[in-house]
Amino acid sequence: MLDIQNISKTFNPGTVNAKTAISGLSLHLNEGDFITIIGSNGAGKSTLFNAIAGVFYIDEGSIVLAGKDITFLPEHKRSRSIGRLFQDPLKGTAPNMTIEENLALAYLRNVKTNSFSRISKKDKAFFQEKLALLEMGLENRMRQPVGLLSGGQRQALTLLMATVVPPKLLLLDEHTAALDPGTAEKVLALTRDIVAREHITCLMITHNMKQALELGNRTFLMADGNIVLDVEGEERSHLTVEDLLARFKAGTGQELDNDRILLSE
Amino acid sequence: MLYILQTALELGFLYALVAMALFLSYRVLDIADLTTDGGFVLGAAVSVTMAAAGHPILAVPAALIAGMAAGFVTAFLQTRLGVPSILAGIVTNTGLYTINLMIMGWSANVSLLKTDTLFTLFHNTGIGGDWYEVVLAAFVTILAGILLVLFLKTRLGLSIRATGDNMDMVRASSINPAFTITVGLCISNALTALSGAMVGQYQNTADINGGTGIVVIGLACLIIGETILGRRTIIKGAIASVTGSIIYRLIYAIVLYTKIVPVQGLRLITAIVVALAIAFPTIKEWFAFQKRKMAASRKGGN
Repeated sequence: MLDIQNISKTFNPGTVNAKTAISGLSLHLNEGDFITIIGSNGAGKSTLFNAIAGVFYIDEGSIVLAGKDITFLPEHKRSRSIGRLFQDPLKGTAPNMTIEENLALAYLRNVKTNSFSRISKKDKAFFQEKLALLEMGLENRMRQPVGLLSGGQRQALTLLMATVVPPKLLLLDEHTAALDPGTAEKVLALTRDIVAREHITCLMITHNMKQALELGNRTFLMADGNIVLDVEGEERSHLTVEDLLARFKAGTGQELDNDRILLSE
Repeated sequence: MLYILQTALELGFLYALVAMALFLSYRVLDIADLTTDGGFVLGAAVSVTMAAAGHPILAVPAALIAGMAAGFVTAFLQTRLGVPSILAGIVTNTGLYTINLMIMGWSANVSLLKTDTLFTLFHNTGIGGDWYEVVLAAFVTILAGILLVLFLKTRLGLSIRATGDNMDMVRASSINPAFTITVGLCISNALTALSGAMVGQYQNTADINGGTGIVVIGLACLIIGETILGRRTIIKGAIASVTGSIIYRLIYAIVLYTKIVPVQGLRLITAIVVALAIAFPTIKEWFAFQKRKMAASRKGGN
C-alpha cells in the first residue's frame, strides 16, 4: 500500500541551523494497516507525515503509494488520495463557509465533478446521512457556518471530510490532543469506526502510550528521524507501556522524553 | 434634487462593479489586489477605443477579456513567481499605465463624439424613458452580481472561497490554491474592467488618470454597504457592494451640489473613512485594553 524507501530530509542544509529531521527511513504498510506512532519531541513524526503528504519534497529516497510513485507529486495532487487531520481543529475546516459547503469541498476529491455544478439535493441528503453518523446533531445545522461549532465538532467534521471519499491513506497527527478528554474519546471512537468501516489504511501519531498499544494493529516508535521499534501481532498484544519504555531505552540509549507522554496515563 | 438622485444611481450602479470586484478579491480571497486602478482604466480604454471604432457592444466582452488578462498577470506573479501579493498588483498596475496609453493610441485621453455607445443604443429602444441610463447601469450591475453569487456557489466557487478562508485546509483537500487564486483574480479584474468599460461609454471618454484612487473608493463603498447590511453571506456581500456604492455616490453628489466641503476634499475624507473602518477592530481592542488596565489599577495593588 505505502512503500517508503530510505527517505531523508534536512532542513536549512549548509547553515548553522541545519537539522536532519528524517534520515534513511524506510517503511512498508499493508492495505488496511492501522499504525500508531509514538516518539520523543522532534523525533520526526510530523516531518514524516509532511513528507508523505507532500508539504515539502524529500532530499533522498522514494515514496510509493498504491503502486504509484508520488515522490515528486505536488501536495494538492497527493491530497486526492491522502486524508489528513491536524492537532489544531481549526486547520481542517473553512470557518466562514457552511457545514454543507465544507463537505461539498471535501467531496470534490471524488472522481471528476463538474467545476460549475452546484450542491445537489442528492449531495445534501448524502451529507446529512453522513453527518448523522457523528451523533452530534450537525445534520440539522448544515446551513450554519462552521465557525460556530466547538473544537470537537469541527474535528469530527474534519474527520468526516477526510473520509467522505475514502482516501487510500489517512494521516492523523495527534488529532485528539487539543480536545477535552470526553470529546477526544468521542472523536477517537468515531475514528476507529470510520477507519474500520471504510477499511482505510491509517497512520496515527499519538502521545498516549496506552492508546498507542490499544488502537490499531501495529506500533512504531520513532527517535532521531527514524523508526527504532516496529511491533505488531502477538508480540504487540502482550506489550505494556512499561515494556515499551524499556524497549525504547534499550533501542536508543535515552529516555522517551515527550513532555506530554509523561503526563498522560 | 431628482437630478442628483438620478446621477447618483447611475454612477452608483456603474462603480458598484469595482466594489464587487474588491469584495471578491479582498473579502472572499483575502488578497489586497492593487491591480484595480490600472484595470479600471484598461476597461475604459478598451471600451472607448472600440466604441470609437464603431463597436460599442463588442467593447464589453473585449474589456472583460482585457481585465482577465490583467488579473492573470497579477495572479501569475504571486502564485508562480513568488511576488508578494500587494507588490504583484502594484507591478501590474504600473505596467498597465503604458498598455493603457498604447490602447488609446498614445494619447492621455480619448473622447467619443457623435458615435454610438451602449447608452445611445439603449436610449433608442425607448426602455426606461428619461431614466434609461439608470436602467441600463442597474441591469448590467445586477446581472453581474447575480452571476457572481451563482458562481461562488459552484464547486469552483466554493474552492475559491475556501482558499481565502483557510489555506491550511485547502492544501490538505486537493484544491490547488495557485489555480483558485488565478481564477478569482481574473474574475475580479474582469469586473473592474467592466466597470471601466461602462463608465467610459457613459462619460464618452477614457482618461489615463481616470482610475486613480478607485481602489480606495471601491473599498469605501464595500465598507459602507457592509456596515448597513452586515457581512457573513455571499449574497449580502454582493448587495452590500451595490448599496454602498449608491450611498457613496449620493454623498458625493450632495457634497458636489451643496459644497459643504470642496469636492477635491472628498478623496481625503474617503481615505480617512476607509483607514478608520479597516483599523476599527484594532482601535476597539486598544480601548478595551486601556479600560482593563484602568480597572486593574483601580482595584489596587499598585
